[in-house]
Amino acid sequence: MGTIHSNTAKILVFSTEKISDPAIDMAGLLKLHYPPTVYTITIPCSSGIKPSWILYAYEKGFDGVFIAADGSDCVYGESCTEKTGNLVGKTHELMKSKNIDPARLRMAAICSVCSESFVKQMRGFNEYLLKTLHA
Amino acid sequence: MEKKPKKIGVYICHCGGNISDYVDVEKVRQAVEGDEIVFLSKTTMFACSDANQRDMVEDIKANDLDGVVVASCSPKLHLTTFRNVSERANLNKYTYVHANIREQASWAHSDNKMGATEKAIHLVKAAIAKSRYAEALESNKVKAVKAVAVIGAGVAGLKAAISLAEKDTEVILIEREAEVGGRVAQWGSLFSSQETGREMIDRLSAQLKLHKNINLLTNSEVVGNKGSVGNIALKIRRKDPETGAEVMTEMTVGSVLMATGFDYYKPQQAEFGYGVSDRVITMPEFKKVIDTQTSKKLMYNGREVKNIAYIYCVGSRQTDGENTYCSRNCCTSTIHAAVTARQKFSNIQNYHFNRGLRTYGKQEILYADSLRQGDIYFQSYEDGLPVVSVEGKKTIVKVNDVLTANREIEVEADLVVLVTGMVPQTDNSVGSLFKLPKGRDKFYNEVHMKLRPVETVIDGITIAGACQGPKNIAESVNSALSAATKSYSIISKGELESQPLVATIDPSKCSWCGACEKACPFDAILKVDKDGKTIAEINNTVCKGCGMCAPVCEPDAVNLIACSSAEIMSMIDALV
Repeated sequence: MGTIHSNTAKILVFSTEKISDPAIDMAGLLKLHYPPTVYTITIPCSSGIKPSWILYAYEKGFDGVFIAADGSDCVYGESCTEKTGNLVGKTHELMKSKNIDPARLRMAAICSVCSESFVKQMRGFNEYLLKTLHA
Repeated sequence: MEKKPKKIGVYICHCGGNISDYVDVEKVRQAVEGDEIVFLSKTTMFACSDANQRDMVEDIKANDLDGVVVASCSPKLHLTTFRNVSERANLNKYTYVHANIREQASWAHSDNKMGATEKAIHLVKAAIAKSRYAEALESNKVKAVKAVAVIGAGVAGLKAAISLAEKDTEVILIEREAEVGGRVAQWGSLFSSQETGREMIDRLSAQLKLHKNINLLTNSEVVGNKGSVGNIALKIRRKDPETGAEVMTEMTVGSVLMATGFDYYKPQQAEFGYGVSDRVITMPEFKKVIDTQTSKKLMYNGREVKNIAYIYCVGSRQTDGENTYCSRNCCTSTIHAAVTARQKFSNIQNYHFNRGLRTYGKQEILYADSLRQGDIYFQSYEDGLPVVSVEGKKTIVKVNDVLTANREIEVEADLVVLVTGMVPQTDNSVGSLFKLPKGRDKFYNEVHMKLRPVETVIDGITIAGACQGPKNIAESVNSALSAATKSYSIISKGELESQPLVATIDPSKCSWCGACEKACPFDAILKVDKDGKTIAEINNTVCKGCGMCAPVCEPDAVNLIACSSAEIMSMIDALV
């Protein structure tokens, strides 16, 4: 379990350079606040995330991992949605085998204009993690 | 021989106060200065300034640095700037690593300074961790189609198309309506041009026809797009004006220039008497009235108009509504209409109920003309807006005028003109198609209003004219010329430099199962025999660096350059 924050959970976001990064940046530009313990690692495409990275994040102390997926906007093609779904499914299975609550991994399509949606996701995820891990 | 440890420089930017107002940048610097590979760490007022860039080059050369980390704004804005700095200091540009502590720390957490500082420290540490792995790489080249699609054939779209055509580029000019010209084609006399709006559009249309490399598609809309900068395939739906039949065509361009214009604000029912009294109209309606009438007397609805009350900032600078912005051009547009009305018709008296005039630049001349001819100006603030009341056949406008010590002023107006501002296009389907971000004002947003004023965060898509925010004709034309040049610069070489971030295979771990080949959408995985073993090999010229092959590899033999497991995990270590 990560460092216990009084009111925020540690969330690692895998975000994509071309699609979801602009939305997360825009959230900052619009001063749409979300917990400061949300950290982003930029990757080219959400379907390139290895389950081992996600498990490593839990092992090291992150409370939750969020995949800001490309969805149908992926610049690398339409198969991204299915492949990202597959890797999330595979990771959920691995999490179950390690007794990690699968709900600590969330995924949502975040397009370049989805700033509000991203912030809403982060606030909701933070609440869930606080309730289940830090209550 | 043991590998020499890396030496890097870390620069933490104040961004004026955009970062340092919320993030303690000195604390960030102190938190990272002791890192094993950090040779020097500095804070700087503006990392992107010429002076700091020069200092960085000197630092890199003098200290023989192997890499640089800059913690500043979004990499969308300055990644290239600092990569170029590295190159000027004879460092490979891919050894540069960026940390975004403005959009993702100081601005996002401006409500929590401690939290923002703590986050910034972690982000910079993660960038330093990434920097350990950053290697010298050579860029890839991809072909770019030497054609630009200009969407919208208003004054901005026309100017942009002509400018691009003069640069010897194929242009596809796509207009939803049957005619080109947009709003300007509907306008009469202009300030400070001697032309009418129609004449200006006719002149531009004539110029357009001289260019064989402009393909004008009217009655056409973009309904689909695929691909990315350099190769954007557009699906265009064209409606035959006579038969109404729809034809779909596909065209590929390297860049798209959006010039889709604006809508006028439509007042709410009863807003300043609109829709309640037939003597209350909007500025676009008033302009049509004065442009089309030829008699000596100004007539409206069969009645002579003498006293005209103009109520400014209707739908702009709202305190209760969404449109908090100033529409910029309406003050000038109103005074121009008032001066025109007074010159064209007899016995006109203009009363301007404003909230502070913004006739900037040469437009001040028009304001002086209006004062000379006897127009009367009343001013109020947002807490004391004019009130329009209909009393029998009379329309009364009342205000407490701040220019005369809040004296109550009452004007019986024959016509009340609501000075309505610009709002974003109601139909935003084309913007949604390209996923163009919008700002707080709901107009399309540029990357940076000063540094990259016509680029969007979507690579290859530029914006021009009033789709980006309220602008007058001159400002729209300037932005159109700028966007045309930017779009041209993207595709002019016929090829684009792409990041050499391709997949790699560890032959010692790979024993060919074919999973990566199946996952790759670009056929970039080859099955080869090497040293008596069948393994996968990456075709670097085809690999796009998406990484789809990596998670499906059970023995974990696949990694992306600059996104390897070692890098990602070291970043996780730094962030937690």
